[in-house]
Amino acid sequence: MTTLNASPAPAPLLSVRGLRVQIPTRHGPLLALDDVSFDIARGEILGFVGESGAGKSLTGMAVLGLLDAPAHIAAGEIIFDGKPVHALPASQMRKLRGRRIAAIFQDPLLSLNPLLTVGDQLTETMCTHLPLTSEEARERAIDWLRQVGIPSPAERVDAYPHQFSGGMRQRIVIALALCAEPDLVIADEPTTALDVSVQAQVLELLRTQCRERGTAVLLVTHDMGVISENADRVAVMYAGHIAETGPVDQIVNRPRHPYTRGLMGSIPPVDSDAQWLQQIDGAMPRLASRPTGCAFHPRCAHASAQCVSTQPAPHQEADALVACWHPQQHAPMAEAL
Amino acid sequence: MKTLMLTARRWRHSDLAWSLGRSPEAWISALVLLAYLGMAVLAPLLAPQNPFDLAALDLMDARMPPAWVDGGQLKYLFGTDGQGRDMVSVMLYGLRMSLLVGVASTLLSLVVGVTLGLVAGYVGGRIDNVIMRAADVQLSFPAILVALLIDGLSRTVLPRAVHEQLSLLIVIVAIALANWVQYARTVRGVTMIEKDKDYVNAVRLIGMGRARILFRHVLPNILSPVLVIATLSIGLAVLTEATLSFLGLGVPATSPSLGTLIRLGNEVLFSGEWWITVLPGLLLVGLVLSVNLFGDWLRDALNPRLK
Amino acid sequence: MMLRFLLGRLANAAVVMVLVSMLSFSLFNFIGDPVSNLVGENATVNERDAMRHALGLDQPLPLQYLKFVGRAVQGEFGVSYRNIEPVSRVIASRLPATLELSLVAAVLALGVGIPMGVYAGLKPRSLLTRGLQVLSLVGISVPSFVTGIILILIFSIYLNWLPSFGRGDTVMLGAWSTGFLSASGWKSLLMPAVTLALFQLTLFMRLTRTQMMEVLRSEYIKFARARGLRERSINYRHALRNTLIPIITVAGLQLGSMIAFSIITETVFQWPGLGLLIIQAISFGDVPVIAAYLLLIALLFVVINTVVDLLYFAVDPRLRAQR
Repeated sequence: MTTLNASPAPAPLLSVRGLRVQIPTRHGPLLALDDVSFDIARGEILGFVGESGAGKSLTGMAVLGLLDAPAHIAAGEIIFDGKPVHALPASQMRKLRGRRIAAIFQDPLLSLNPLLTVGDQLTETMCTHLPLTSEEARERAIDWLRQVGIPSPAERVDAYPHQFSGGMRQRIVIALALCAEPDLVIADEPTTALDVSVQAQVLELLRTQCRERGTAVLLVTHDMGVISENADRVAVMYAGHIAETGPVDQIVNRPRHPYTRGLMGSIPPVDSDAQWLQQIDGAMPRLASRPTGCAFHPRCAHASAQCVSTQPAPHQEADALVACWHPQQHAPMAEAL
Repeated sequence: MKTLMLTARRWRHSDLAWSLGRSPEAWISALVLLAYLGMAVLAPLLAPQNPFDLAALDLMDARMPPAWVDGGQLKYLFGTDGQGRDMVSVMLYGLRMSLLVGVASTLLSLVVGVTLGLVAGYVGGRIDNVIMRAADVQLSFPAILVALLIDGLSRTVLPRAVHEQLSLLIVIVAIALANWVQYARTVRGVTMIEKDKDYVNAVRLIGMGRARILFRHVLPNILSPVLVIATLSIGLAVLTEATLSFLGLGVPATSPSLGTLIRLGNEVLFSGEWWITVLPGLLLVGLVLSVNLFGDWLRDALNPRLK
Repeated sequence: MMLRFLLGRLANAAVVMVLVSMLSFSLFNFIGDPVSNLVGENATVNERDAMRHALGLDQPLPLQYLKFVGRAVQGEFGVSYRNIEPVSRVIASRLPATLELSLVAAVLALGVGIPMGVYAGLKPRSLLTRGLQVLSLVGISVPSFVTGIILILIFSIYLNWLPSFGRGDTVMLGAWSTGFLSASGWKSLLMPAVTLALFQLTLFMRLTRTQMMEVLRSEYIKFARARGLRERSINYRHALRNTLIPIITVAGLQLGSMIAFSIITETVFQWPGLGLLIIQAISFGDVPVIAAYLLLIALLFVVINTVVDLLYFAVDPRLRAQR
């Protein structure tokens, strides 16, 4: 609920509007991301959730300016801290990366250069962006290792990546992402490649470190559990579109979009005696075979002729933005879809 | 047979066919290769003269330059060699021999390597150890050296007359033995992966024999990588044979390959008769170039990672 | 542990040497007359009898083999049929020619091939790269003897700039005859070295380019970009270093094969090295030389392979720490 006399909300840190990412193929150009729009406020953790192939990682890469050719931004805007960055020349984009917008990828073993010590990798990142001498950088590197929970940091700073365990490596990756003091971190499936026992710890580290520094996070994952534990707001992605965006509580407990409802219904509730897990029939369409109109209509119980013909634009429903012609309301999650 | 037809049909609609259409170097080299193959196979029909028929040679026509040079005749388009043989005919038959040895040795290499690889991968244990150890040892030496030593040693060990008779076979075997390792390693790797898969365990449970399992189930999976290796290897085999023949080893002098021709031409290079060595050389380079171009394209087209 | 790895490689090396020495021994003893091999074909009857006795040709085979190995280790390989000289002396006189040729060719192949490959990997779409790609394909497809012949045609026959055979004027430095110290030495060296280097050069160029492009696609490079590291650092500090590691192994092995390929080059240019020696020995049936050459070449490759393995170890920290 918005109050009429509230002072205008501060401008979002990141604002993506109508983003379209195209991939030319031998069958013609494919639209990997279609009309994607969302905001991230300063210090906010926005969860980006959806199945593999929905386009979550691609969105992150587009924001960073690291789309793998031939994928490119065909339309839309990406505004960071008030300035458009989607068309920046490469040299300027490089200055933003690390220093203002950072990234964390899925596999920590692959993310770290095996031939350089972790200390070297940290100091290089810092010295590239911050005015530090090499001694100062090294001091800070040791300090960072301590902050992310690496024991005996002063010795370990000269160790190589393969000498750490998976969880430790991802902590180092977090340190690398944060050491140049960015305002936004794009965390692309940061715990998917880790042991389950370690996942929660690493997420907590990420969360606390970012909260402490007021760093915003775009948390990309396919795991709803991760989202509900860590995000402030959630955007649900399906087949290159954003189905629904809203505060985490609303998305998890009172979802409006049929797809989101399907997702939430497929999580076994800890405290209920539901016998069957809900499953959405069918599968998300692949990039080359997306249907017309709303991409979800073939699997939706509420689809109508309008859904087949026209792509729904996002509209406000309470605190959420929903892209659906027939958003579901009032039905508590315990009922079947 | 059915597997072949299915593969052929799948191929036609596959990415491979599309990729072939899209890249000019691929289909141009494929056409050139077909042309070479045609020339080699049809040599007896295409050659204006039979270079082995001593009666047809006229020594008066010896050492004639190609037709476009002063002193040349249209009858002998590429000139003649020291014996009066027409260069076009000699080169056609030489190409035939080069391709014969190249393809035969590649096939033999393939059979030996694939068999050893299958056995090593499937049976494992001691046999695997021995085969892989042998492979490692052989890999410490460059293939051409291995081929050269096998050929050279056979020359030293066998009495002259015996060697004369067997030299063609020896060359083929020498080159084949020099190159089996790459097949064996690849096939072994794939076999080891495949043999642990559920479907193999399933048919093993119902009592299917080992050999049958290998042929019906494992073999189709190794066809693709083996094919790429084979295509790229033919070029190497042809080069190796040419090198051996140039060095005086290789095919018998009575059925010269392009390498032999280049050697013979080299001996008269300083008398100014450049065509006797250069023209076969160009033909050889054209062949190997086309094979390499095609093989490069094939390897890239079949590489899942580059897609 | 590095020690265990080293022992493993040495065991491999030993196996190879034993096998080759057995082959060499069989050649020496059973092809041709071992007595003639050792005293030469022109020896007197007394010398032959003495040698027959010393050899103990009636003794059991394993013992003969050991004696053979013992002699070989001391450099005693008998007398060459062709030259009527001790094999060891023949080999020693030809060794410098091959080594100098291979060294210059190696420097050329590495010094030109690798930088070209790095450039092609960094700028895959530039015009120069496309040209290099075409040239490299030709380089791989032209056999080295054809290259050599064409070079002779152009530079010896038509232009008359460079000699087409021999080493030119050599200078003796102790037991080593070098062609490095005279102008004619270098002139004679130029074409053979280029011929020998060409194939390897294109190989290194293609290999480096492929490796470089593969590395540039890896996750840690993507992460480095995401951290905003400078392009220069990414290309050289991160990518190049990771590219060169596997190249080192190949480089070592290729340099070894250069000794093998020198056989061809030496034949084309009549370069008086080990390569030409073995070809002459084979066509002559010079068994002592062939037997000795086998042993020598096996030793050479075994040493090269072991050194390259050790090098790999020294350079890649992941292997160093392996337990």
